Amino acid sequence: MLFAVAIFAPLLGSAIAGLFGKAIGDRAAMAVTILCMLLASGCGVSAFIELESGDTTAGVISLGTWVEAGTFHVDWALRYDALSAVMVAMVTCVATLIHIYSIGYMAHDENHTIWRFFSYLSLFSFAMLMLVSADNLLQLFFGWEGVGLASYLLIGYWYYRPSAGAAAMKAFIVNRVGDLGFALGIALVFFTFGSIDFSTVFGAVGQHQDAAYHVLGHTYRAYEVIGILLFIGAMGKSAQIGLHVWLPDAMEGPTPVSALIHAATMVTAGVFLMARFSPVLDYAPGALGFVTFIGATTALFAATVGCTQTDIKRVIAYSTCSQLGYMFVAAGVGAYQASIFHLLTHAFFKALLFLTAGSVIHAMSDEQDMRKMGGIWRLIPLTYTMMWVGNLALGGIPFFSGYYSKDAIIEAAWASCSLVGHYGFWCTVIAAFLTAFYSWRLIILTFHGAPRADHHTMEHVHESPAVMTVPLLLLAVGAVFAGWAFHDQMIGPDWKAFWGDAIQIAASNHVLHDMEDVPGWVSLTPLVVGLAGIATAYVFYMFVPGIPGALAAAFPWAYRFLLNKWYFDELYAAVIIRPVQYLAQGLWQIGDVTIIDGIPNGIAALTEDGSSQVVKIQNGSIAVYAFAMLIGLVLLVSIFLLFLR
Amino acid sequence: MNWTLALPEIVLAVLGMAILMFGVLQKRHNPFHLASMLTVGAFLVAGMLVIAGPEGLGYHGQFTSDPFSRFVQVLVLVASSLTVIASLDYNDHANLRRFEFPVLILFATVGMLVMAGASNLMTLYVGLELQSLSIYVLAAFARDELRSTEAGLKYFVLGSLASGLLLYGISLVYGFSGTMEFDKLAMTLADPTKVSAGLIVGIVFIVAGLAFKVSAVPFHMWTPDVYEGAPTPVTLLMGTAPKVAAMALLVRAMATPFGHLLGQWQQLIVLVSIASMLLGALAAIGQKNIKRLMAYSSIGHMGYVLIGLAAGTPNGIRGVLIYLVTYVFMNAGTFACIIAMRRRGRSLERISDLGGLGKTDPMLAMWLTVFMFSMAGIPPFAGFWGKYFIFTAAVQSGMWALAVIGVLTSVIGAFYYIRIIKVMYFDTAEAAFDPRSASLSTLAAVSGLFTTLFFVFPAPLVGAAEAAAKVLFG
Repeated sequence: MLFAVAIFAPLLGSAIAGLFGKAIGDRAAMAVTILCMLLASGCGVSAFIELESGDTTAGVISLGTWVEAGTFHVDWALRYDALSAVMVAMVTCVATLIHIYSIGYMAHDENHTIWRFFSYLSLFSFAMLMLVSADNLLQLFFGWEGVGLASYLLIGYWYYRPSAGAAAMKAFIVNRVGDLGFALGIALVFFTFGSIDFSTVFGAVGQHQDAAYHVLGHTYRAYEVIGILLFIGAMGKSAQIGLHVWLPDAMEGPTPVSALIHAATMVTAGVFLMARFSPVLDYAPGALGFVTFIGATTALFAATVGCTQTDIKRVIAYSTCSQLGYMFVAAGVGAYQASIFHLLTHAFFKALLFLTAGSVIHAMSDEQDMRKMGGIWRLIPLTYTMMWVGNLALGGIPFFSGYYSKDAIIEAAWASCSLVGHYGFWCTVIAAFLTAFYSWRLIILTFHGAPRADHHTMEHVHESPAVMTVPLLLLAVGAVFAGWAFHDQMIGPDWKAFWGDAIQIAASNHVLHDMEDVPGWVSLTPLVVGLAGIATAYVFYMFVPGIPGALAAAFPWAYRFLLNKWYFDELYAAVIIRPVQYLAQGLWQIGDVTIIDGIPNGIAALTEDGSSQVVKIQNGSIAVYAFAMLIGLVLLVSIFLLFLR
Repeated sequence: MNWTLALPEIVLAVLGMAILMFGVLQKRHNPFHLASMLTVGAFLVAGMLVIAGPEGLGYHGQFTSDPFSRFVQVLVLVASSLTVIASLDYNDHANLRRFEFPVLILFATVGMLVMAGASNLMTLYVGLELQSLSIYVLAAFARDELRSTEAGLKYFVLGSLASGLLLYGISLVYGFSGTMEFDKLAMTLADPTKVSAGLIVGIVFIVAGLAFKVSAVPFHMWTPDVYEGAPTPVTLLMGTAPKVAAMALLVRAMATPFGHLLGQWQQLIVLVSIASMLLGALAAIGQKNIKRLMAYSSIGHMGYVLIGLAAGTPNGIRGVLIYLVTYVFMNAGTFACIIAMRRRGRSLERISDLGGLGKTDPMLAMWLTVFMFSMAGIPPFAGFWGKYFIFTAAVQSGMWALAVIGVLTSVIGAFYYIRIIKVMYFDTAEAAFDPRSASLSTLAAVSGLFTTLFFVFPAPLVGAAEAAAKVLFG
């Protein structure tokens, strides 16, 4: 079965590279993982084409029983439908390109454990594929945690850098918060439906509409609670506002990791979860409203922060955060198809942007600060072009892929005709302006103007090797054409035929239909604001370079607010981290050192004390000894006569 | 009258006198080694006679032979033999090569055999005195050494006091009950109206006299001083055979004549047991001399053994007997190691002298480690099983407090036993000890193997102990 091969081939590659990497060497480890990934992408794409052409039908591939405990039954099974097939095809293709790109990017790695890197990358690919092809929530959670683990390992790949270790831990711990919600959601799904199999759960959606939980005198609808808990899980994984703090720091990992995990695939797992659970979520309007609100806020928030960052990768990281917000807005207003569509196009152009940024960093001798770049566009023309392609797609310029998907989301937000939907509309429109602005700010700062790098670095600026540029070109093809190619099938009139049963929506949900009838100005707005953003960027950074500085000086509080990322890290440090540290310090000093250690130590001290007291009487004098004997005798006789008769 | 019941004791006494004569008449060589060998041979003969001898009550009810007495007698003979073997090397180096030494051990052993078979308060006293008198002399055997003579004198004075207490107790019991025979006492005391205050006081005095011999608190004061001062083989003897015999005597006296008063003396034994365990555990911590340490250790061990008696059940007595067996072997082994602590002909006694033994003499360090682990009660060594049977019996009798205190004091005790191991393996190495003699190596190896492998074949011993215990609480 092609589909199963696509999923398990990366595991094989990862196992070989991970277990025998040291023995077989870096080159062999690279070869074996890339061969497995090529096999996986071939099978993944074939499986997708077969399904869409009608050669095979959607179904479930059972692999055996996992858990069997009373009424709790979980199988290892692969769900083969349009949603998972799209995701598998996309993940395998992007992952394969990034594997190949990594050959060039990691060539100068001072760590000399490149086999480890490739093993982790393949392990991540497997976990991600497991996530998207799961047939039940537990298996999905398995993949969910698997990608979290791989992400942790890869962010901390340069473990000897303290910042990388801290970033890896931050990502892992912040994700735990979301995972708690997810795990509770799974438990409630089982509690409500008596099963966590997707087929069973989705088939029973109609029967449990009125299910409710009564907690502390309040009544909550079951679907709303489940929806919100699952979304909390998604917030952690997809870096939505509040739980987004780990994503910018995750840029400590090697750039291919940022491209694969923190842009194209893993962070979109939350969006995938929303789409996968669409049959239930569509009956939870409250939860969907919450999703829209958070998504819209994130889109706007991350875009504002992206405008002030100076690290090239961090700009793109905030951009990712912002684009994920768009996807959640789409899911929140019921346009799940649009969210997956944007997920797909975003995967291509964001991977392209990251890899291009990686190429720039490579050219600039590992410099990531845009303030020390500039004036290199003639030196690395291919990279420069690729950056343009990626940003055109991201900015939503017509006929690039982002144009189709992003506009669809903005239109869907308007078409939802709800208050929160309009909030989403305005947030995404403003964010679209900011997106275009910071994208061209990035291009201009990085490639144009006078060179700000030192002489030594400038001498070494060079175009990346073919092993890095070919993946860029292939991703650029996706970034340009993916929107145009899938637009009609995914969100156009044919969407029912394309998605089949993979995305089920309520009868009342006709957002996709209403999208077509939005007023003309709504359709035009994204393009207009996008072009305005580009123009503003040119004015600010190319023609009148004094403006940004003047603005920052005029509104220092606003500038600092944005530069410090809305003070989220500081807020968490003050509200959570420091209190927890104080608590831990207290528990350690009082609970552990004073009480837990203190009791045994105290007893030991008492014992030693008792020891020295006891032997004091042993002074060597026979008279004392005899006296002690007699006293003892008298004591025993008294006890005997007084108490024991 | 079935006089063959006492055949082992009679034969042993006669052989003892023969060895004495041989030693006196032997002029050309120093007869110490030969006399020692003959003594061990005499123990062997006596042992065979014990095993093959008949059972029953003889000498007008003054002497008995039953599985219990035979178990104890064999154990005493083994312990005495181990002592004689250990003394070969020590006495050579300490200039104590005198043939009277093994002969005195032999007569002490005769006393102990009589104690094990006593079924009359008078026999009990006579056996005890024979044993004690011999050991008084042995303790002061290094008569040119101040410490040894002081130890002998202390032991003698305090021992006399204890004997006095015991005799006084016997007279009280006799006065208030009209008999000294165990069986008749038991029959008399079955009637609660015949139990008077005077009789009770008499029993307490008897317990006190015997508690002195097993060095239970508060009659333990002599132990550290005498253990430290006496020649090491004598310390070994005092730690093993007389403890076994006196404990057996205490058990028999409590179980047979005073068995009906279990409810009363039980609490007394519990108190003494707890006090002994606590003192043994606490006082040993600060010790720097390993012989003193072993003295406190023996006080603690006797506390554990008394738990078995306090349980007042056949299982408890079985525990007592098994514990005594394991105790004899690990004690003998430990003292063999202590005797081997010698540098340039001088015996060493400080714990710090063991520093780095793991490097300089790995074999000796290994055996001492085995004994220390066993003393601390760490499985699978024999010491663990002794404690296991004792604590199980206590729990079965519902004496939770006793078992819990026992376990807690074992934990404290583990500290100073394991500290010795730490000194041997982790402290800086001192100069190596003098080469060991074969007798000590053999003694350590035999004791060590028994201690290590006890858990593989425990059945014969446990079975014999069970049969012996049934006699008393059948």
